[in-house]
Formats: sequence, structure tokens, C-alpha cells
Amino acid sequence: MDVRVDYGMCQDHGQCAIAAPKVFQMDDDGKLVYDKHPDDSQRDEVEEAADVCPVQAIFLDES
Amino acid sequence: MGGLRAAEQLIANKFDGIVTIVGDEKHMPYNRPPLSKDVLAAERDEQNSTLDHWHSSVAFRQRKSIADVRWRLGSPAVSSDLTAKTVTLADGEVLHYDGLVVATGLRPRRLDLPGPQSGRHVIRTLDDAIGLRAELQPGTRVIVVGGGFIGCETAATARKLGCEVHIVEPMAVPMIRPLGEEFGNALRRVHEASGVHVHTGVSVEETVGGADDPSRLSAVILTDGTRLGADVLIESVGSHPNVEWLDGNDLDLSNGVLCDNHMRVESRPDVVAVGDIARFPDPATGNIPRRIEHWCIPTDTAKRAAATLIAHLSDEPGPDVPFSPLPSFWSDQFGLRLQGYGSPGDADHISVLEGDLAAPVDQDPSALDGTVVGYYQGSRLVGVVMLSPSPVTARKYREAVETSRAAVLTA
Repeated sequence: MDVRVDYGMCQDHGQCAIAAPKVFQMDDDGKLVYDKHPDDSQRDEVEEAADVCPVQAIFLDES
Repeated sequence: MGGLRAAEQLIANKFDGIVTIVGDEKHMPYNRPPLSKDVLAAERDEQNSTLDHWHSSVAFRQRKSIADVRWRLGSPAVSSDLTAKTVTLADGEVLHYDGLVVATGLRPRRLDLPGPQSGRHVIRTLDDAIGLRAELQPGTRVIVVGGGFIGCETAATARKLGCEVHIVEPMAVPMIRPLGEEFGNALRRVHEASGVHVHTGVSVEETVGGADDPSRLSAVILTDGTRLGADVLIESVGSHPNVEWLDGNDLDLSNGVLCDNHMRVESRPDVVAVGDIARFPDPATGNIPRRIEHWCIPTDTAKRAAATLIAHLSDEPGPDVPFSPLPSFWSDQFGLRLQGYGSPGDADHISVLEGDLAAPVDQDPSALDGTVVGYYQGSRLVGVVMLSPSPVTARKYREAVETSRAAVLTA
């Protein structure tokens, strides 16, 4: 699946990293790094991450 | 948001009937936290800032899965009959249901002040925020009544815009109910260091109109007699749950809608509640039904409520595990990221676990970065509030609160 984060919106809350730790991680500076093409087995976790992002900066390719 | 998440969860749980979402606002669902921050603070040189532009900046993404959901926007529910299973909308339409999700949320409480109405604001809707935004210029004299999360964030945003800002807080300390006295005082010092005037133990007694335009605010008088010049009065003094449409159904509507741990409204199997309006018990916090006004709650309660409703509609047993969503909340003020977990408001004492709440902030609020305060009931950790924590710190203390809550469940 394809995941996109709008870094202009991202405010480093890190809730995504809690919901989908295999896809989203916060680095040592507290900035987000993420897997743009995670395995489809992570779909539920990534949907959850998109839901819990306080600024709604996570977008899933829905094809 | 609660309604949207409930619809998403119903469909994700394979509901194959018709879902209708009824909302009082004309807008498709949108995210509210930016209203006291980004929307107010945005550049003012966008001459073409339409409502549509602003809405698209805060609108929730529409999952493809909910493409068949029916929307009734701008026509709120005005009455209901839970025996006949109907809901009547403001335009007269009567909707019949097999399952009902109550997610009508809150409206702002207003101060009972006769006198000039022009210049008075609340912040709940996008329309509120855009209306307020138009009035915040450098030098605008802003009075914020209510030093809770919304009030303090709005005050900080207005101050950053160059407004002259006063917070009027009836309690002894801002944010005292959610955060306690020590943390509240630290935030007070941050606000004051940035030039916000904080008045505590007082409220607004009277509003005064202008000599040239009596319908327009020009000053407020506090309960201690202090007179403050004012162009804008922001009322952030709490909320009323929107329960009136449920009158006449023999429900306890004294504080939102009373639910069980499955989010069923007073054990009715076909009516569930979601979000700010839902007063539900959590075994981790003593099973006393309460409403939680944090942003995470609509999403968390929607999952539980949808599972409960689907089980009822398909005549199957509902989820068997206790529902105990970890409250999670944040606030951004003067460059500080406040992050909290659990129920700090339940604590009988605090302990500063990292950093120093008394660190001097006159030069820079970031002197408080890394502060961690633990909130305890006796020896039990019930919550934690942190300022600009590192990811490692945030995770450590979040997990400490989760562990402490889990211990209550298994006790």
C-alpha cells in the first residue's frame, strides 16, 4: 500500500508511531520517518495511524 | 468527528445497511484543534480566504468506504422517539432507524452578560474561528474568559498576533482542573513572560459599549472592579452537551448521555453514544460514568460503539473485553508542546519526575522543555503531563500510565 505524510502539516505528535510502529517512527530529533510502501498486512494499523494523527497529516492510497 | 468515525467503523465492521449522518453544521466533518491555533494565526494577506478554503484546510479525509453514506447537514435533530425509533430533523424530516448513534457533541456555554453583543466570541466551529480571526490585529485588546485549554491556547495565539491579551480565570490558577495548581502556575508564568495579563479569582461582571457605538464592546469590568479596555471578548467557559433532542425519552440527560461500558445508552441495545456527549464508565478509573472531552475520545468510543451496535443488529454477542481507552491530550502554547496521558484531574498529589516546574521562563519558555509531572492517587500513577518531551520520554511515561491502568483492571 502507499502512504503519504504531509510534512507541512506534521507537528511531531508521534501518535502514528504508537498506532503503527512498524510503519512510523520518531527519530532522535523527534521528527517522523516512515515507510512509504508498507506491506498490505499493515493496513489496519496504518488506517488507525491516519485516524489518530491530531493534525490529520497521513494519507493512504485507497486503490 | 464522532459521527464520521462511527460511520467508518460501522462499515469497517461489515455493516451493509444504510447509514445516514445528521449534523447541525453545514460543513462536512472537520478537525477542531486547528481552530484555536493555525486558523486564527494564519497570514492575513490571503484576500480570497473563503469559507471553502478554510474548510478544506481542516476537513477530514473521506474514506472511499463511506461513499454510500447519506448526509443531512445543516439540519439538526430536534426531537426523537426511542420507542418508535424515529428522529425528527429541524426541517421536519422524520428518520426511522434500526440503530442510532448519538454523537451530537457540545456547544459552548455563554456568559450571562447583557450589554454590547458585538465583539463577543466563542470558539467551537469553523465559522466562529473565521469570525474571530477577522478581528485579531496587532494591538487588538482581547479578553479571554476561562483559562482552560481553549482559553489558554487562544490567548497564546492572539498574543503571538500582537494583540493585548488578558486571561480572566475565576479559579485561583489557570488550567487547575485538568492539570492542578503547580502545572497551572507554570503555564501562568509562561503566559505572563510573553506579555499576557492573567487575572485569577475574578470574572467579568459587566460589559461596556462604546460612546459612539453602544452595541459594540469597548470595555469590561471585572468582579473586583478592575476596568479593562476591550475590543474582543472570547468566552471559553465550558460547554453544554447537545442532548435536548433526546428529551421525552425518560433518559438521564443531566450531563450528556449516560452509557454503559459498551457505549449503550442506558442499556438500550439499539442506541449507542460516541464522543464528547457520552458519559461512560471506565474500569481503570473506578467505573464512575464520566464525559471525556479529549480529541482521542470520538475515535476510541466510535470503535466500541460500532462494534456494540453491529453485534445487536446481527443478533450476535458484543465485544467481551472491558473498554478502557487511554485518555490522551495535548496543547500548544508559546512553542511548548504539552502532552498528557491518563486522568491527571483525578490525582490527590503530584510529583515532578523530570525537569523543574519552577525553571525561569522570562527569557524563553523552552526552559521548561522536558518537564514531566506524574499525577497520583495515593501511590498509584493515574496520569502524566509533559512539556515538549522527546519521543523516548513520551513513550516511557505513556507506558507507565498504561501499565498502572492495566493493573487496576486485573486487580
